[in-house]
Amino acid sequence: MIRFALWLLSGILLGGVVHLATVLLLPRMANQDAYSRLMPLTPVNKVVPVPAPSPEKAAMPFMDPAFAMAVCRYDLTKAPLKFSVPISQAYTSVSFYTRADTAYYAINDRAAGRRVIELDLMTAEQHSEVPENEEITAADRLIVESPTNTGLIVIKALAAEPGLLPLAQNLLTAARCLPQAQ
Amino acid sequence: MRLLLGSFLAFAAAAFIGLGTTWLALNDGVAYGGITIGAWTAWPKNGTPGIDPYARAMVARSGELPVGSGDGVTFFARTDDDAHPFDGRCDVAVSGTTPQARFWTLTLYDPEGKLVANSAQRHGFTSQEVIRNADGTFDITVGPRARPGNWLPTGGVDRYVLALRLYDTPVGLATRSGRDTPMPTVAQKGCP
Repeated sequence: MIRFALWLLSGILLGGVVHLATVLLLPRMANQDAYSRLMPLTPVNKVVPVPAPSPEKAAMPFMDPAFAMAVCRYDLTKAPLKFSVPISQAYTSVSFYTRADTAYYAINDRAAGRRVIELDLMTAEQHSEVPENEEITAADRLIVESPTNTGLIVIKALAAEPGLLPLAQNLLTAARCLPQAQ
Repeated sequence: MRLLLGSFLAFAAAAFIGLGTTWLALNDGVAYGGITIGAWTAWPKNGTPGIDPYARAMVARSGELPVGSGDGVTFFARTDDDAHPFDGRCDVAVSGTTPQARFWTLTLYDPEGKLVANSAQRHGFTSQEVIRNADGTFDITVGPRARPGNWLPTGGVDRYVLALRLYDTPVGLATRSGRDTPMPTVAQKGCP
């Protein structure tokens, strides 16, 4: 009887390990996460519009229908990336996500403080190789460090009313994410 | 034989308990660091690299992208202020004001995060288009039948979720419920 209880106890303890392991591993195994859903829609290092969500079809759940959205699925393995988007009249934001869909940085038009949001995206390693003495260290160059080589840049422009959505979508076609020439 | 039976029992218990608790945790939305104000709950930490492992697993499973913390914060409501789950056949009044933000949007989803089809093709309101009272407050009626004023159709679905997103807002990790964060009240009006 005691032996039986001991087996059961060890099973319960092992169950705890299984629980923690599955919770931690699930994000890596997921094939329906946002990055995987966007993969077929998005070529690498190019800004692509994401269709507005409708009841029948949406690229992702819980998308805000008041926003026009575009995505740049980036890969920094070869070179850092230059990103720019003109800001709209209402509200424009740029959010950065790792390969595991974790938001690590976001900036909006007001924080950028000018007509265009411009920044350089690079890995920590590439950042350390940027020469410091050049004028590029000037404050007007915003550098964002990506914790992973791949990830998503999500650009959103608010359409304050449904009729303004085409305008917001049109604005996002001017967004660029281009690998820097080495 | 005993060893075999015993280890089989242990592994069966481990699998049952381990996978069962994971399933429960992810389905019931166990996430830490939530801010609850009235019927609304937000997890501002989900928009940062400090997102907890449970929330991370839930995000990976659902396929959504959480709003980044430099962008805004999302409050979800699944019940009214008296903890009655939303029923798409009833009228619910969402009224009052929101915390300070440059823009906000209110959106209605089904529990899986899809928009709900309706004849008015309206899925939400933005702070710009909502009709306000003289004192700046607003009243939105969420219900199956058309209403004058701000009407957010439920399409008659069984259950739904309201998402109030605040963009460019000081509301975030440090926010506590209180005077600085006046969330709209959510009250059930009538059920057929």
